Amino acid sequence: MFSSPTVRTSLIFTAIAVVGLLFADIAITSANPWKDLGRFFLGVVTPDFFSTEGLATALLRTVAFAFVGVALGSVCGFLLALVYRAYPVRIFCAFIRAIHELFWALIFLQFFGFHPLTGVLAIAIPYAGIFAKVYAEILEEADPEPGRLLPPGTGVISAFLYARIPDCWVQMRTYTAYRLECGLRSSAILGFVGLPTLGFYLESAFSQGHYSEAGAMLILFYVLIATLPLWVKPRLLPVYIIGAPFFLGEGMPIVWGNVARFFTQDIVPGPLKGDEGWSGMGSWLGDLFVTQALPGIWNTVILTQIALVATGIIALLAFPLISTHFGGPVRRTSGHVFLVILRSTPEYILAYILLQLWGPSMLPAVVALALHNGGIIGHLIGRQSSTIILRPDASTGLNRYTYELVPRVYRSFLAFLFYRWEIIMRETAILGILGIYTLGFYVDNAIQNIQFDKAMILILITASLNIGVDILGRFIRRKLALQTMPTC
Amino acid sequence: MFRVEVNHVILTGFVKRVRKTLVESHGKKKDIQMVLNLIRKLALTSFLVFVGSATASAQTFVFTAIPDEDETKLVERFRGVAEYLSEQLDADVRYIPVKSYAAAVSAFRNNQVQLAWFGGLSGVQARALVPGSQAIAQGEEDQAFFNYFIAHKSTGLDRADTLTDDLRGMTFTFGSKGSTSGRLIPEYHIRDIFGEAPEEVFERVGFSGNHTRTLRLVESGTYDVGAINYKVWEKELEDGNINTDDVKIIWKTPAYPNYQWSIRGDVDENYGEGFTDRVREALLALDDPELLESFPRSDFVPASNSDYEPIESVAKEIGIID
Repeated sequence: MFSSPTVRTSLIFTAIAVVGLLFADIAITSANPWKDLGRFFLGVVTPDFFSTEGLATALLRTVAFAFVGVALGSVCGFLLALVYRAYPVRIFCAFIRAIHELFWALIFLQFFGFHPLTGVLAIAIPYAGIFAKVYAEILEEADPEPGRLLPPGTGVISAFLYARIPDCWVQMRTYTAYRLECGLRSSAILGFVGLPTLGFYLESAFSQGHYSEAGAMLILFYVLIATLPLWVKPRLLPVYIIGAPFFLGEGMPIVWGNVARFFTQDIVPGPLKGDEGWSGMGSWLGDLFVTQALPGIWNTVILTQIALVATGIIALLAFPLISTHFGGPVRRTSGHVFLVILRSTPEYILAYILLQLWGPSMLPAVVALALHNGGIIGHLIGRQSSTIILRPDASTGLNRYTYELVPRVYRSFLAFLFYRWEIIMRETAILGILGIYTLGFYVDNAIQNIQFDKAMILILITASLNIGVDILGRFIRRKLALQTMPTC
Repeated sequence: MFRVEVNHVILTGFVKRVRKTLVESHGKKKDIQMVLNLIRKLALTSFLVFVGSATASAQTFVFTAIPDEDETKLVERFRGVAEYLSEQLDADVRYIPVKSYAAAVSAFRNNQVQLAWFGGLSGVQARALVPGSQAIAQGEEDQAFFNYFIAHKSTGLDRADTLTDDLRGMTFTFGSKGSTSGRLIPEYHIRDIFGEAPEEVFERVGFSGNHTRTLRLVESGTYDVGAINYKVWEKELEDGNINTDDVKIIWKTPAYPNYQWSIRGDVDENYGEGFTDRVREALLALDDPELLESFPRSDFVPASNSDYEPIESVAKEIGIID
């Protein structure tokens, strides 16, 4: 068993997480965590849909920002996908998608302020990077045969439109629809930094302990996502996309001078602005690195590794909930509902809720990341396990789980897990804004202190860390010959 | 906030027409052309509205405030102020809520708001970034503001004349990172008394986000000790929102200057000669007891930038501003 590379890899990663636990700050620090949790669940089952006047508007804005952001991102992503072979384009896309939507929002807030453009670009830019990569992969895997059958002299554009696109269309459409769901989640959390989406009201309701209000918002959000297939029809899409910009809200006017100031002054490192010049850069950077970047990187990596393994455990435990090999239809339906709730709740909101209830430590972050990502992976491999046909006399119960199903889905399980590694790290960094000492904490600190030069360097460091993990994850997947499809 | 209703009517009109055309067309080229035209028109209007909406409100006088308390309270309080100011100034005055102190400072700096109710520190930061801006009014109480350090009953701490070594190893929460009474002053005193950074003195240091939450977190025992703005403490106490069996005051800090209204230097240019003076007079003349009580302040008195020099030097000392 230990000679199997997948087992060895799993054990190594588990060992790293266990060692990480020794260094991690895992604790429940609040005095009455279960009482608060009880009050929260009471709030969810007694939702109050009419307390906040802005609730309907907030939902509308959440949808509008998602549509405009995702639409813009997919168009730009598609154009980038066409030239994705060029190395600089790849680097550029890897870079823009390595920066989380919330970081983009925090950057744009500094010069666009509360203008709709801030929210739209915060979604569109990282999504363009992701779309570019996935579209390019889909286009690359298209069957080359139809292209060869075209008569000589066919124009490049015609060949592309008639021989390449039809083969990829379904996949691209499915993926884009899937990203729209992710876009709704991204749009909702943008409210946490002040944009007029759901997160804005959710944060207020939660911080004041208005759990029934918060419960109502969460329920509406789940309904919104669960009913996506019902109200997002291909024929209505143009209407939505054209209509959405109307509903972004007015915000505040853009002052273009601020944009110029941001790029020419705000983000120029301190010493270069003063009289020290380049000679002061060494100690400035060194100081920033030692006091902020290093502790941030350390905590981000530890939290990521623990959350990665916890995600794996949750996914393996959760997939039987929807697998046709266990239980009857009632159990499976409730399993589906449970997993949909897990994956529809953005990890940022989940972490925020748990932090409020349990007090600050890495624990709420680990649990939030593991539940959300474990829910997604559990859903995917649960579906896959249902396609496996077992012998009529196959064992049942625990034996069926351990000897029949887990070994059969393990490779794709690992593939999904390593695919999500980089996503988990990106989220881990951002959870710092909530007060866990990951990189996001130091970025937020710098922004709160109006030190955008430091914030930018820290964001760049975060992005490089994500790119590094992405490369490592891909290397491991290739090494273990794991295949996967993209998830968000 | 936004002309949703109007757009909604336009939009549903268009949708109906598009749908009708789609149903009737069945592939007729002329009708498809019509649909395309409709879509084009709609796209153009939506673009114009998008751009137009960005400039429409340029002459509205906008203000914000640091989010130091529960949002519901802030919105209620500052809507009242907006109404009062728009009456007094005979102008369109609007309040926008923000999610962080830095967002308030940035909005002021970016001229998206022209007036703001800042804390001592955020005011110093904001005015340093906007040449010509000035502090024009402060609360009567802000001339000699102070803080309480509060502790959960389980700590067994009692009120003393200073912070004692018993605090070492306990958990502690500030308010917001950019707050004067929630961060700057407590951190200054902790460093001063213990000779060490807060992270060294306490086992765990958190940022609750605002004063109301600091109170709740210490009251529930999530943190042993916290630092809170005395005004928030007194108001909550008066409203019966504090269980004094669970949480109590252990130390009162020396006085310092705090909250103030700050205004940008270019408002006279943009809103008419003498506008700054009119805003100042309006604020100083505010005597609606209900509105004052919502702050809570007994009165507004004149303020100037130099009143906040002590804050600036403390902030420099502990490295919050360069």
